[in-house]
Amino acid sequence: MSNSYIGKSIPRMESFEKVTGIAKYVHDMALPGMLYAKILTSPHAHARIVSIDKSEAEKLPGVKAVLVGSELPYKLGLYLIDKDILAKGKVRYQGEAVAAVAAESEEIARRAIELIKVEYEPLTPVFDPVEAIQEDAPLVHEDLGSYDYMKGVFNPIAGTNIANHFKLRKGDVEKGFKDSYRIFENEYTMPQVNHVPLETHAVIAEWTKSGRINIYTSAQSPFAVRNLMSIAFKIPHSKIHVRVPYVGGGFGGKAGIHLEPLAACLSKKAGGRPVKIVASREEEFNTIPSRQGLTARIKTGVSEEGRVLAQEIVYYWDAGAYADYGVNIGRASGYSGAGPYEIENVKLDSYTIYTNHPFGTAYRGFGHVEFFWAIERQMDIIARELGIDPYEFRMKNLLKPGSITITGEKIRENTGRVDKCLKTVVEAIEWGEQKTEEEKQEEFKKGKVTGKGFAVLHKAPAMPTFTSCSAIIKFNEDGSVNVVVSGVDYGQGTYTALAQIAAEVLKMPIEKVHMVWECDTDTGPYDWQTVASRFTFMGGNAIIKAAHDAIDQMKEVASAVLRAPKDELEIGNEKIYVKHNPDEFLTYREVAMGYTYPNGNSIGGPIIGRGKYIAQGLTNLDPETGQGLPALDWTYGAHAVEIEVDVRTGELELKKVVSAFDVGKVVNKLLCEGQVVGGVVQGIGTSLYEGFVYTPDGRLLTNSFTDYKIPTSKDIPDVVEPLFVETPQLDGPFGARGVAEHPMISVHAAIGNAIYNAIGVDIMELPITSERIWRAIKEKERRDQRAKTLKG
Amino acid sequence: MKVKVVINGITFCEEISPNTTLLEFIKEKAGLTGTKTGCENGECGACTVIMNGKPVRSCIILAAEAHGAIITTVEGLAEKDKLHPLQQSFIRKGAVQCGFCTPGMLMAAKALYDRNPAPSQKDIEEALSGHLCRCTGYKPIKEAIEDAFNSHYN
Ligand code: FES
Ligand code: FES
Repeated sequence: MSNSYIGKSIPRMESFEKVTGIAKYVHDMALPGMLYAKILTSPHAHARIVSIDKSEAEKLPGVKAVLVGSELPYKLGLYLIDKDILAKGKVRYQGEAVAAVAAESEEIARRAIELIKVEYEPLTPVFDPVEAIQEDAPLVHEDLGSYDYMKGVFNPIAGTNIANHFKLRKGDVEKGFKDSYRIFENEYTMPQVNHVPLETHAVIAEWTKSGRINIYTSAQSPFAVRNLMSIAFKIPHSKIHVRVPYVGGGFGGKAGIHLEPLAACLSKKAGGRPVKIVASREEEFNTIPSRQGLTARIKTGVSEEGRVLAQEIVYYWDAGAYADYGVNIGRASGYSGAGPYEIENVKLDSYTIYTNHPFGTAYRGFGHVEFFWAIERQMDIIARELGIDPYEFRMKNLLKPGSITITGEKIRENTGRVDKCLKTVVEAIEWGEQKTEEEKQEEFKKGKVTGKGFAVLHKAPAMPTFTSCSAIIKFNEDGSVNVVVSGVDYGQGTYTALAQIAAEVLKMPIEKVHMVWECDTDTGPYDWQTVASRFTFMGGNAIIKAAHDAIDQMKEVASAVLRAPKDELEIGNEKIYVKHNPDEFLTYREVAMGYTYPNGNSIGGPIIGRGKYIAQGLTNLDPETGQGLPALDWTYGAHAVEIEVDVRTGELELKKVVSAFDVGKVVNKLLCEGQVVGGVVQGIGTSLYEGFVYTPDGRLLTNSFTDYKIPTSKDIPDVVEPLFVETPQLDGPFGARGVAEHPMISVHAAIGNAIYNAIGVDIMELPITSERIWRAIKEKERRDQRAKTLKG
Repeated sequence: MKVKVVINGITFCEEISPNTTLLEFIKEKAGLTGTKTGCENGECGACTVIMNGKPVRSCIILAAEAHGAIITTVEGLAEKDKLHPLQQSFIRKGAVQCGFCTPGMLMAAKALYDRNPAPSQKDIEEALSGHLCRCTGYKPIKEAIEDAFNSHYN
């Protein structure tokens, strides 16, 4: 066998299936007797449902089930149970599902939907999160006080629109501000954006007369779907069977639970026939959740030498109409919300606020894409006002071994090095000598101005303290293995990395490691959710343990057959051999199903290794101060960019993006680089193009690819360069940490900082459209003109 | 109405309703599910197939319009067990992540491949225009296409 698999660039193992069209997604599936469902959505952002008349729809031939909210006495949710399957009593956002039909064909279902008559009485909506927490604001959830939620972790405030208030207090900010040489206060905003997986959400569910629910779904987290349905429907877990085939992109948007309960309830009403729901692209934008919006207010006090002494942060999250998942975004952004900096005095409040927008959920970065826009723009602004180079300024304040984070965690030698990431990217863009004022003027006259900028980032997996996962390694008759895990590989390439880890530990060729592709809650081992970039870390550790368990079982058998103590046995080349006499061996194949002596006696039995991993040492955070240990591991990173701005049109060209992450250990370079390039380009989308736009009464205008632009192959920079720093994570598999979400974080801030560097204007709102840049240039020209006139 | 279409060398003659799209015909009537549906509005490219030598978005073409046409889908790209050079380079270069845009990307690239042995960067860009991918950031896809041309024609 060639040397180690760890660090090798191995192409995704399922690539063949994907380039030949063999790979089956839920979109591609049909079951015998299957019905097709369509959804009726609300035209109002906030309205009372006065009446629904579905009689005409029910009469239409071919219609098998029509459902409205009042028939469904269930509530669902991941952390805060606030969601109805279909709107009940009132609608809370335009696009919310109000009724649904299952019929023999899509066409019939569509026609039936048109026959349902709903009478609404519009209510006053609230859209801005800051307005929504004013005392007289209309309430989105009058019954918030009666909702169930994860106690000890979240803090919903009854009688308000605050679904969660996360508080963090470290040191004494007032004193910090008093000691400060200067204080900077700014507001930054980011709109809601959509994940835009190429495959929209799709599910097929059947609720059989025997009381079992069988589901195929495009979900990231089969066990979470099962668990939440079990709780909502009060059905034992063993009676719910969730399967996940290939998934066409998720980015967090397919975590938690979505259309599965609706499909199941339609099936039940249709007498148990399977029901398929595929979200249309419009529903994907408008009905299925997106990323929350954010308004961030930051007040920072600094010393004359450029040390940050105090920071007061308020995050107002536009959670939209529901916050079952969103509350944890507010929390995760709370405990890491000052960025990877050592700051002695911090006061942070993160409010997850209900509004009448489509609601928010997990999206790559999980709050960090949002707040880093504020944090990393703020750092640049401060540095420049103090006359300190923004690189030097950050270096003075970044976390290093020995630093204490804002929740009181001590950073160690092996936690990872954000300073190294920053240094790497800053060198790559040759940051240094700045242009003189004359040179800038000269460039400005020519119409095209270049600039450079950078930003740092960090993120830990955001998950409950008890998050766990498990893995099974089953030996096959020929000595190969099937590895079963229940995290979903929806494109990240995790399964390939996990196969490398399994092959490495088992010392066998990777061709003999088969990752079982379809996730199945009936037969697969438990995994909490495939989110938070934690799958390689936790799944990898579980697989290492499963492999050792299998090896131990094989040694047990070999010890008897070879008449050697277990601890004198070694493995290698698919053999178990005696350390000092490698000619004495058994092959994996000989022991895989049990060993048979020449006389027929047999010992052992099928080798099945099991491994598990549970996040270790995490604590709930103090409700008043946010102190505690929330992070399994931190992945740090930095981006640096080079841009060119056309000062006449405001058009921006991204010439180069260099990104570095401390991934601990690169398990598979090809896949790691793929994650980075893909994430950076997704981050470019958020930076420059994407954002929900509404009519004044809350109707989403950007609900198609015509109105919501994501990056195309024409929009990517000439150079996107992924670089890696490797500070091994002591408890990570082969030292590795996750890097799935991080590439998307802080791209926007690096661009924003480069824009100031180029043309001296501050963009505070995302996305950074050409129009926004152009307006800022005009505004600056007016200001400069006025200053000149006043002087003259 | 009855519509006859040759897909990957096999003739399908099916009774359909006039508003059936070519995409529905391919997936539901011919049972070829490799072609993907991303928007049903001609805006994402996932449903691209080759019709009479040209890449088309099968979601905005009526099956009736394709009557008598010769069509290649992703299932028809490999020759027997041998993957097409594009398929090979897509694997090698990591141009596939979730794989949902892949069939459309491949068919767009294949149409280019068949008519232009030495495409410029710009030709490749042109061929991919309007093809959305949310996972890869396009770079590996472009590299894979370039690589397929280089390894095949040089
Ligand atoms: S599905 Fe045809 S272009 Fe999107
Ligand atoms: S690989 Fe997922 S959309 Fe392209």
